[in-house]
Amino acid sequence: MRSSVIIFPGSNCDRDMDVALKKFGFKNQMVWHNDQSIPKSDLIVLPGGFSYGDYLRCGSIASKSKIIKSVIDFANSGGLVLGICNGFQILTETGLLNGILQQNKFLNFICSNVYVKVKDKQNKYFKDLKKELLELHIAHNEGNYFCSDDELKSLEDNSQIAVTYCGVDGTENETTNPNGAIKNIAGIFNKNKNVLGMMPHPERMIDKYLSGEDGSLFFKNILDNFK
Amino acid sequence: MEVTEEVAIDHGLKKEEFSKICELLKRTPNLTELAIFSAMWNEHCSYKSSRKHLKKMHTKGKQVIQGPGENAGVIDIGDDDAIVFKIESHNHPSFIEPYQGAATGVGGIMRDVFTMGARPIANLNSIHFGSPQHKKTRNLLRGVVKGIGGYGNCIGVPTIAGQTTFDESYNGNILVNAMTLGLVNKNKIFYSKAAGLDKPVIYVGSKTGRDGIHGASMASATFDDKIEEKKPTVQVGDPFTEKLLLEACLELMADNSIIAIQDMGAAGLTSSSVEMASKGNLGIELNLSEVPCREEKMTPYEIMLSESQERMLIVLEKGKEEHAKKIFDKWNLDFAVIGKTTDSKKIELIFDNKKVAEIPIDLLAENAPIYDRPWKKTKLPQKLKFDKDEFKSLKLSDCLKKILSNSNISDKKWIWDQYDHTVMGDTIQKPGGDAGVVRVHGTNKAVAASVDSSALYCFSHPLTGGKQIVCESYRNLISVGAKPIAITNCLNFGNPEKEKNMGEFVECVEGITEASKYLDFPVVSGNVSFYNETKDKGIKPTPTIGGVGLISDYQQMLTMDFKTEGNLVYVIGKTDGHLDQSIFARQLLNEKKGPPPTVNLFNEKNIGETVLDLSRKNLIVSCHDVSLGGILTAVSKMCIKGKKGITINTLKGLTNKYEYFFGEDQARYIIEIPKASLKKVNDILNKYSVHFDELGTVNGQSIEYKDDINLPIEELADAHKYWLKKYMDS
Repeated sequence: MRSSVIIFPGSNCDRDMDVALKKFGFKNQMVWHNDQSIPKSDLIVLPGGFSYGDYLRCGSIASKSKIIKSVIDFANSGGLVLGICNGFQILTETGLLNGILQQNKFLNFICSNVYVKVKDKQNKYFKDLKKELLELHIAHNEGNYFCSDDELKSLEDNSQIAVTYCGVDGTENETTNPNGAIKNIAGIFNKNKNVLGMMPHPERMIDKYLSGEDGSLFFKNILDNFK
Repeated sequence: MEVTEEVAIDHGLKKEEFSKICELLKRTPNLTELAIFSAMWNEHCSYKSSRKHLKKMHTKGKQVIQGPGENAGVIDIGDDDAIVFKIESHNHPSFIEPYQGAATGVGGIMRDVFTMGARPIANLNSIHFGSPQHKKTRNLLRGVVKGIGGYGNCIGVPTIAGQTTFDESYNGNILVNAMTLGLVNKNKIFYSKAAGLDKPVIYVGSKTGRDGIHGASMASATFDDKIEEKKPTVQVGDPFTEKLLLEACLELMADNSIIAIQDMGAAGLTSSSVEMASKGNLGIELNLSEVPCREEKMTPYEIMLSESQERMLIVLEKGKEEHAKKIFDKWNLDFAVIGKTTDSKKIELIFDNKKVAEIPIDLLAENAPIYDRPWKKTKLPQKLKFDKDEFKSLKLSDCLKKILSNSNISDKKWIWDQYDHTVMGDTIQKPGGDAGVVRVHGTNKAVAASVDSSALYCFSHPLTGGKQIVCESYRNLISVGAKPIAITNCLNFGNPEKEKNMGEFVECVEGITEASKYLDFPVVSGNVSFYNETKDKGIKPTPTIGGVGLISDYQQMLTMDFKTEGNLVYVIGKTDGHLDQSIFARQLLNEKKGPPPTVNLFNEKNIGETVLDLSRKNLIVSCHDVSLGGILTAVSKMCIKGKKGITINTLKGLTNKYEYFFGEDQARYIIEIPKASLKKVNDILNKYSVHFDELGTVNGQSIEYKDDINLPIEELADAHKYWLKKYMDS
């Protein structure tokens, strides 16, 4: 499976994503934000970091960058686009995904392990995933997902909510919500479910010496579903 | 403006220093020249009070590639890999403006490391605040933590360990020490020594503004009531630009275009240009009209003194300008050829086609004043005679809970949750352990790092305190299974013009030197911060030691959490029950006198090597050093982290349980041993002639000791984990 990771000035999880993708057998390439086009890919990843310093609003300047038109075209033609953390923020700014990511409820940056519940498996990311809960890692200051009532209803009606924050036993409530996101939302799809944005970092959970290994399941599953 | 003695004094120079300048120059300097002298001759840049003593430090070792004197120290970790590291203070700016002060502290130290060609792989920090009751403490802490996180998180370098303490002596002068480790190929290290004539001098990075002017002089003076007025001298950081600068510099460093490179830190363009020329025994000519400026009508005086952040000065090979410019254009950074190296051995400044300054380099560097300041020895305080009958009214379990929730012992999760500690995907020991550990990317090796200071011990007896922190650092590295290699130090002290403060400095340095020599744990970099004093009240002497060690196979890393029920727990090293200067004496007996625990370097080394041997042979499954709060505190942390209890054996004979459990004797570790390894462990301990006590067995969900203690782990965890969060929320 061929993948491309876009590097924006200020991206800082690009290498981690490259390492993770290659570890599980993706043929990955790095693409500079000023490039005109993206090489042939089956998956495009917008990595975490602080693109363009996150000045103005997180992800907003990146959503106007030169490369982004190719990303939008690719997504609209049904290609898989994954945005992690800052990548999720960029996807909401481009309009590929609904809603916005506000500052965390308690106003602090949070770096911590979290559990998320997989809400939908009818998609190329989570289909046939062996687990219902994943232990992943978050590291963000603006991960508090918010959208209008109409948008939320539409997300729910179309099963576009991908993952939600929960406790180790699957409980979803205020205490298992690290950042105040509406309905504990940690990640969402677009309508066609080819575009996924999520705050947790699967690429930081890819071997047992790190924070955990559930990220491995995530990447392997994408590959398995592609075969 | 006419330069007079008064003007010189306003620039932080002493009367005698001004006369010396006029004498050396054989004329009165103009204002720009005076500014350059004041920047180079202040304490922060010239080390004029400390240099004499720093020379005695132990700085050599088999693995040392670069000792003090460069942007950072470098050590060899095998296979052509080297670690570049340094710690630096940003105390004064952080007290005035905590967010920017701390943020630019982190930015500055990262630049020192990547200037040498290394990619930063870990950040650490040691931060010290006034009493929790003091009205400023909460806001300062919040701002500093946000600043450190705001900068480090954005760059994408994990913050893997740190230390936070509270003491009333920091009420008017907090300490913010930031440390960075970088990884470099040992054959591709870049230095600041310029070489060759007529080579282009390049300015890259952010534009120059009026921020931070006189920053280095501020760091060389004490605070008074008007300190808030100094806010404009605090620099403002832009981590995004630094990230670009980092990537651009590393890209340019991939080939041989750079001759010398130096970041513009304290005293900005002045100190970077003078240092590069001085090291290369050359002259330098700068055309200040070419310097990219952010503000209009900046004068040569302002350009030379600005401490705007995220800037670098590079001496480039001739003909490589276009190639280099392309890289900086790609990263959207300013690039300007602003001068050249010359054979004049002078710094010559041109502005608007006029020469505006001309000073021989040696007057600024080698001829800067050096002071042999008078200092006073601190006598070892008499050991206290505690009334042990008085202890009997204290319940052991109450004492333990109080100690675990002490501001200096309690868990600092509230802080490190705000630092990205997992970015780069190699953090295998997160903050909260004895040391942070990151893998050397793509290898089986891992690097451990820890920051430590013991202001209370250093205040009581600087010589012992100095030795103790080096040992503490050594132990913290060994506790995670790392072989200690070298240290960096940040020497935070009061006013060197006072004999007592100067004495504290001299004796702490002596202690550090003695211990680092004995333990073969050399100092490779560091910084001195004097004048940590507000309105005549100085801080307790707070040398901070940043230790770095190597784990050759990261699968052998140790952590402190108890692993398996039924495993045996030993205390390695002898416990005499030293209570003077302990947390127990301070918090439960309100007793602040007495000497710190004695440091026995032979025992430190022997016991440390023993534990390292045990870990290399995979005979122990957890390890933690015993420090503040003694054995019971250490063992509680192992229980809390492992979510497992311990049944403690009855103490032998006449041992006083308070002394045994809370004494802060040095050179001790607690280890967890699987039963199957017991014989081998005993043999090794006997071989090294190391004293050990069988403390107990990992068991259940409580700490139990006879009828005295029966505390569920959850209750201990509550006491330990939430003090800081509650404090910050209140």
